[in-house]
Amino acid sequence: MTLAPETTTLKVQLRVDDAADDWFTVCDISALMPGRGVAALLPDGRQVALFQDRAGRLYAIDNRDPFSGAAVLSRGLIGSHQGRPFVASPLLKQRFELESGRCLDDDAVTVATYEVRTS
Amino acid sequence: MSTTPTIVLVGHGMVGQRFLEALAERGLTATHRVVVLCEEPRPAYDRVQLTSYFSGKTPEDLSMTDMAFIEKEGIELYVGDPAETIDREARRVTARSGLVVDYDVLVMATGSYPFVPPVPNKDAEGCFVYRTIEDLLAIEEYAKKATTGAVVGGGLLGLEAAGALKGLGLTAHIVEFAPRLMPVQVDEGGGAALLRTIADMGLSVHTGVGTQEIVTDDSGAVTGMKLSDGSELATDMVVFSAGVRPRDQLARDCGLTVGERGGISVDEQCRTVSDPHVFAIGECALASDGKVYGLVAPGYEQAETVAATIAADEASFTGADMSTKLKLLGVDVASFGDAHGATEDCLDVVYADSRSGTYKKLVIGRDGELLGGILVGDADAYGTLRALTGSVPPVSPEQLVLPAGSAGGAQLGPSALPDEAVICSCHNVTKGTIRGAVTDHQCTTVPEVKKCTKAGTGCGSCVKVLGQLVNAELEASGVEVDKGLCGCFSQTREELYEIVLALRINKYQDLLDRYGRETARGGDGCEICKPTVGSIIASLAPTIGASGYVLEGEQAALQDSNDHFLANLQKNGSYSIVPRIPGGEITPEKLIVIGEVARDFGLYTKITGGQRIDMFGARVEQLPLIWARLVDAGFESGHAYGKALRTVKSCVGQTWCRYGVQDSVRMAIDLELRYRGLRSPHKLKSAVSGCQRECAEAQSKDFGVIATANGWNLYVAGNGGATPRHADLLAQDLSDAELIRLIDRFLMFYIRTADRLERTSTWLERIPGGLDHVRDVVVDDSLGICEELESLMAAHVANYRDEWAETINDPEKLSRFVSFVNAPDTPDPVVGFVPERDQIKPDLPLLTIGTRPLEGSAQR
Repeated sequence: MTLAPETTTLKVQLRVDDAADDWFTVCDISALMPGRGVAALLPDGRQVALFQDRAGRLYAIDNRDPFSGAAVLSRGLIGSHQGRPFVASPLLKQRFELESGRCLDDDAVTVATYEVRTS
Repeated sequence: MSTTPTIVLVGHGMVGQRFLEALAERGLTATHRVVVLCEEPRPAYDRVQLTSYFSGKTPEDLSMTDMAFIEKEGIELYVGDPAETIDREARRVTARSGLVVDYDVLVMATGSYPFVPPVPNKDAEGCFVYRTIEDLLAIEEYAKKATTGAVVGGGLLGLEAAGALKGLGLTAHIVEFAPRLMPVQVDEGGGAALLRTIADMGLSVHTGVGTQEIVTDDSGAVTGMKLSDGSELATDMVVFSAGVRPRDQLARDCGLTVGERGGISVDEQCRTVSDPHVFAIGECALASDGKVYGLVAPGYEQAETVAATIAADEASFTGADMSTKLKLLGVDVASFGDAHGATEDCLDVVYADSRSGTYKKLVIGRDGELLGGILVGDADAYGTLRALTGSVPPVSPEQLVLPAGSAGGAQLGPSALPDEAVICSCHNVTKGTIRGAVTDHQCTTVPEVKKCTKAGTGCGSCVKVLGQLVNAELEASGVEVDKGLCGCFSQTREELYEIVLALRINKYQDLLDRYGRETARGGDGCEICKPTVGSIIASLAPTIGASGYVLEGEQAALQDSNDHFLANLQKNGSYSIVPRIPGGEITPEKLIVIGEVARDFGLYTKITGGQRIDMFGARVEQLPLIWARLVDAGFESGHAYGKALRTVKSCVGQTWCRYGVQDSVRMAIDLELRYRGLRSPHKLKSAVSGCQRECAEAQSKDFGVIATANGWNLYVAGNGGATPRHADLLAQDLSDAELIRLIDRFLMFYIRTADRLERTSTWLERIPGGLDHVRDVVVDDSLGICEELESLMAAHVANYRDEWAETINDPEKLSRFVSFVNAPDTPDPVVGFVPERDQIKPDLPLLTIGTRPLEGSAQR
């Protein structure tokens, strides 16, 4: 007996409003590659960087690199630091924790995070 | 009337320059007016390395004079203006220009002049000496119309001069009056070993014959020379290199005492015996032990002595070690201590192997102490042996001369040396001082120890021993340096390479889970090890059974952002594109395609330093469209985004250029096509020049090739950029096949052993043994790995495919080239452009739109 989930039909959803239970469907889970990210465009023009780690967990943070202003964080490499996942900006390599949005290389900088789920 | 005391230095050679530095170090430049009269048209340069001019060093490279130093110290340096008369009574020097300087202290550093035997026609057209850069320029010019050259004198400089003539494409002869080559440094056995090796290089050696007459034609130009054995040698030019004599004429003219055989007589403070206001240092001085020292290290010591004496410090020069280690035409020659066994009751221990051109002799004293020795062909043990001189070696002398690795041979490491042993003889640094640098001054690397102790900053011959000492000391003091690549791996990049290759591991996750640090196994790795391992897997792909396509499967997740999109990310999130233009050669049709593509996509175009064209301002979703056009026109990826081979520049070479001696464009294209797509620890740049004029700037490249009349010279580990480094000559006069074989080996050895993001230049400086080690490995195959290196490269070459052609034919891969996963046709709104100089540039204000979490925090 196998209970392999039908992953191809799963949709990735982002919570776009912290107050309301408002989820925005982005793409099929199959569009993500473990270890890398993609960018998503929200209806209000915000850009979100979506990542999937090796274990299949999903993360979403703002796509804008606060150091350069360019919308490129989705193109960074992800890794783990003391067990916590992060992405390194592809421009000047500052690292941002995927769960908290905190910059590991500059305590004063944080990027927004988004709740993400599959359904 | 000034009251500042004045020091006048007559002569600005290596020793003179050292004297100026010693003055500055002691603060004497602040308290004295310092005037330098220099005869040559250029300030002090490295005369020891003079011959390297012919392997591409420019007079500027050879310069030892930092003009900022001269200026900062307020030194008055008069170049091309020699002292002509000295009035010791008035303490006044007059220079050729008429400049008159009154001195309180006069220092003579006039060096020596080449001795030319008094043979008929010695001044004929086509006769030269070998002493200054000007001499070399004249030889180079005359050699252009000559086919044969003869060198009179088979000593150190004579051999160098002969090698230079050969390098200029001439048939070269060496005529030496003594029965062997280098009669001063080596004995009969050593001379024989040297002769064989030199003759094998294609130089004709005539020993035991003197020059009787230079033969000239009607116009007075050299056509040959008559030798003492009655034979005549036809030659178009003659270079006299029969020794030097102290340049003491100026001293004689003003009545200073000179030795019977020349040299200004000085005492232990290097003060002339005739006049307390006058000193003499370097090759013009006859030291208190009755010797004239022709080596630079004793000259430096004399310079220090005089500076100290002027500062009223105690110092003396009573004689110096004449030990030398040289690399002559690629042959190691060293002699140290009592090399000729002049000590009473001494005995020789000799090992000779004529086949390999190796000769080693140790001179052992009555009580078993090492007195000196001669090493030809293999002088690796020089550093250790010289330092052991005067003591009884810890192993028997015969074990010391046997080749390393042979039964009974012993390799005596520097750990066997006593603390008093002098490791760096140029700066007189002992083993104890070096150990102290590590234990007391917390130096942990060779460069730090060099800076701290000055050891190894002179001739550099002790750097190998220095490295061994520093490592031994670090280990002994229990310094546990974590050399691990990153927080995920405790291994170095080199160790990971070996693991991947030996175990054929072709998955990053396998490597991490099996060989990562405990805490990192099963995790996501990090931004350091993922691209590093990705690069190793890509370098070895065909051999370890991985895909050679970097976007395949797991490999795609490992690549740095640029490799992931096969383009170069620019500051506003747009990309630039560089198609490969091998050797910089491009047809008009292809140029037009690039122009059309750039025009149609509105790209900013710029010519790169690597003879290619860079197109900027492409959005990620445009990359496949642009490349579809480029691939269709026959272009391939230029790998400008990768730690990989970038370009092989070339000059136009023999085909068009009136100076070219080889087809540099063809070679550059061949090399670029051979190594394209080769992933490496850092980017690789190359160039091929068609002649010694070096228009392609090959010596600033990771591997550079310069054409010679006989083939190609290969230079390695050059660099431009922030830390420029001239490349080192690895091998000379190579055929096409030899050249490619050596580059194959060199690159694969670099890829195997370098650290992450370590260019060849820093790699060569870091690895123990440096250039000599690399030459041993890739030229002489000392590790027995060359066959493997070659086969790894052969596999890479056979399996190369263009990754952009592959990508545009793969719909799944193409789907990644979008700005937004949920809106594939929407461009990123913050990627915008504004006009500048008829092209575009990034619209940077557009990037400031959007909220910063904490304003200004990025500015810190």
